Amino acid sequence: MTLTRIIRFIAILCLLQSVSLWAQEAQPLQTNATVEVQVERLSTQLRCLVCQNQTIADSHAELAQDLKQEIREMATKGMTDQAIIDYLVSRYGDFVRYKPPFNPATSLLWLGPFGLLLAGGIGLFVMLRRRQKMTTDAPLSADEARKVSELLK
Amino acid sequence: MKRALIPLAIFLIVVGFLFKGLFLNPREVPSPLVGKPAPQFSLPRLDNPETTFSPKEMLGKVWLFNVWASWCGACRDEHPILVELSKAGFVPVIGMDYKDTRPEAQQWLDQGGNPYNIIAVDADGRVGIDYGVYGVPETYVIDKAGMIAYKQIGPVTYDALRDKIIPLVKRLQAQ
Repeated sequence: MTLTRIIRFIAILCLLQSVSLWAQEAQPLQTNATVEVQVERLSTQLRCLVCQNQTIADSHAELAQDLKQEIREMATKGMTDQAIIDYLVSRYGDFVRYKPPFNPATSLLWLGPFGLLLAGGIGLFVMLRRRQKMTTDAPLSADEARKVSELLK
Repeated sequence: MKRALIPLAIFLIVVGFLFKGLFLNPREVPSPLVGKPAPQFSLPRLDNPETTFSPKEMLGKVWLFNVWASWCGACRDEHPILVELSKAGFVPVIGMDYKDTRPEAQQWLDQGGNPYNIIAVDADGRVGIDYGVYGVPETYVIDKAGMIAYKQIGPVTYDALRDKIIPLVKRLQAQ
């Protein structure tokens, strides 16, 4: 083993060491797995009101961290998903839910796309029917029929 | 000829909606707490951490509840307006120092003046969550029965005071 090889070996060992140190640091602080699963599930369904287009899970805003902590505490107390969501909706409004609930105010949001699809479908149907009428084939005259059969010979 | 106008009509309708959208503020999420009782809490006061403030103390009065912090840039804009409002003395203003440190909050007050009758300290932001605070400054108008009558999201401006907050406070005081 030459000296350079030994140095290389030591260098790789050092690198691996630092990787394993990192892995330790990234370990979750919480130990209760079921609570963490619930926190994770809920935080992907709830909106961070500071960044608005991110979920609490994605956001690094301080409020998102606080809300996650709040959810964790509620989950530890054994509250159900629905109870936790209701708690936050009563404070921040329906907007905190990433998936808006179906109610009169959001009916257009939920049904609008289907309405557009239906309108488009009806439009397409009507247009195709009309086009079909325009292109109904006229019967060939005797002269034309003779020409065709000549060409196909 | 008529058929050719249909896409134009659709275009104009879409333009109409988008134009209206230009003047909406997506940050202003209507609070579900308006019309509901103000959440109760008991927090240490800034001037004396040994004593606490609770909204119960304000029952029978119309008051403003202003959430602020020394790290908040927009609070700097509204601060002189609040100072002026407090000098007029026509409505008590209770402050809540949100996720802040005492020395920085104190320094802020020393520099800009103190418009608050009482300041409660919400160091960890828990009461803030109870009030649905998501961007300081936020200001609540709370009536004599302890109900939230209005929420101002973002800084209190002269326009907001003149058009909304002062007329509302007067109406609630007359009740």
